[in-house]
Amino acid sequence: MAPKIDRYLTSLVQTGQNYFQNIGRETLESLQKLGRAMLFLLHALTGFKDILGRPRLLVAQLYSVGVLTILLVSVSGLFVGMVLSLQGFNVLSDFGAEESLGVMVAASLVRELGPVVTALLFSGRAGSALTAEIGLMKATEQLSGMEMMAVDPIKRIIAPRFFAGLLSMPLLSSIFTAVGVLGGYFVGVGLLGVDHGPFWSQMQNQIDFRDDVLNSLIKSLVFGMVVTWIAVFEGYDSLPTAEGVSRATTRSVVYSAFAVLGSDFVLTALMFGD
Amino acid sequence: MTSHIPSDDVLISIRNLSFGWGSRKIFDDLSLDIPRGKVTAIMGPSGTGKTTLLKLIGGQLHPERGTVRVDGHNVHQLPLNQLYDLRKRMGMLFQSGALLSDLTVFENVAFPLREHTRLPESMIRTLVLMKLQAVGLRGARELKPTQLSGGMARRVALARAIALDPMMLMYDEPFTGQDPISMGVLLKLISDLNKELGLTSIVVSHDVKETAEIADYIYLISDGKVVGQGTPEEIEHSESEWVKQFMYGAADGPVPFHYHAPDYEADLLGA
Repeated sequence: MAPKIDRYLTSLVQTGQNYFQNIGRETLESLQKLGRAMLFLLHALTGFKDILGRPRLLVAQLYSVGVLTILLVSVSGLFVGMVLSLQGFNVLSDFGAEESLGVMVAASLVRELGPVVTALLFSGRAGSALTAEIGLMKATEQLSGMEMMAVDPIKRIIAPRFFAGLLSMPLLSSIFTAVGVLGGYFVGVGLLGVDHGPFWSQMQNQIDFRDDVLNSLIKSLVFGMVVTWIAVFEGYDSLPTAEGVSRATTRSVVYSAFAVLGSDFVLTALMFGD
Repeated sequence: MTSHIPSDDVLISIRNLSFGWGSRKIFDDLSLDIPRGKVTAIMGPSGTGKTTLLKLIGGQLHPERGTVRVDGHNVHQLPLNQLYDLRKRMGMLFQSGALLSDLTVFENVAFPLREHTRLPESMIRTLVLMKLQAVGLRGARELKPTQLSGGMARRVALARAIALDPMMLMYDEPFTGQDPISMGVLLKLISDLNKELGLTSIVVSHDVKETAEIADYIYLISDGKVVGQGTPEEIEHSESEWVKQFMYGAADGPVPFHYHAPDYEADLLGA
């Protein structure tokens, strides 16, 4: 009897030890990865002056990261604006405040939905593509080959993609917001019969350039940086195998979503908190 | 043990090199010299770290212990910009080719020229076509790497590796996937490059016959150590059991064919 209990206790202690060892190891690994990501970002930022010398590299990436995302962002923006208008009308008409529909639609889009939804769409369309592309380049030794040709892959490959993402996000977010407001207008004024005078004039009065529009641009710039950073780093840091690349792509989208929503809370608290 | 080459003729000298992936040892106190202007072959069974050795020479991997000197520079202590300057004089032919998949064959060969020189476009075109002609793929210049077979991709990679006229070339398994014709051309090309341009070549391979044909000196590596070395003739007449087994491809000998496993009979019956 006694040896049995003894063995049971030993195995229990071992399980506990393994559990804590795993926590410790995983914590250390995440910290290491964070450190690598930080150094990687700094290295990519030093590529800025190389891009100034060769703007063509940046333009090519602006096309594949930014321009190719415009359709997705505008269609989504249109529908989000239309839905906002429908839902807003239901609530506002109970209070006889349909005329504030324009402000409601515009404020929600400018302050929150524009930057946040665009960032989520952007990470799904452009971020995942960046991760997969860079991961595949790593798996097929293209990055390694570049290093052996004395070309720094972080400056040549990563930096143009990073800055393209950074520049594209505020523009895409602006497109999303503008198309969304139009969608809200079509539904509110066109379908539900809200008067278009107050729809626009209240919007004009209530939406502040510095508080709303500028903050929206700042948000989208921050999200652009976070999403692109995660995307290019996950690709660069992926295991150089088919499985490694597919996992990195998933991680890229998941981490981007967390990072965008988390940093949105912090930014909103700072911008609109008081 | 490597004192047979006069020291000023040594381009690469590796001393007491140790390296491992995790707990698995790849090299254990490895020392060897690569003579200048010669074709040196590094041979050994799969998994002995031949590719790893090339990456250590190129400074892409860092050893646990020991030094790698290329043309007098300690590769792993050079600042990054000097390492890059050194790499401009090193060509490396990757096993997979490592061609940039979004560029055409022409642009791939032009890549190092565009990155490191300010040559006019007409000059770049001439140079690229010359290099492509040498590997027999001038007509394939508009193809994308995905449209090439493995052997063709490796020949394009060779054209790219010689685009900057390096002082040395490292070939990682250049003969895999070549048909007899392109194999013959490739063998001739490697030894021609070596003779006419005075290039130092390091060929990593386990194709015994082809490699012995062009190599001036052969190192046989197994279990992280040099187990045999010499000119092809010396290697061929070596008395070492290990060398004999590898050169003549026998299953029985000091090198086990099987990956480390428990006894076969016990394993089958023990389920």
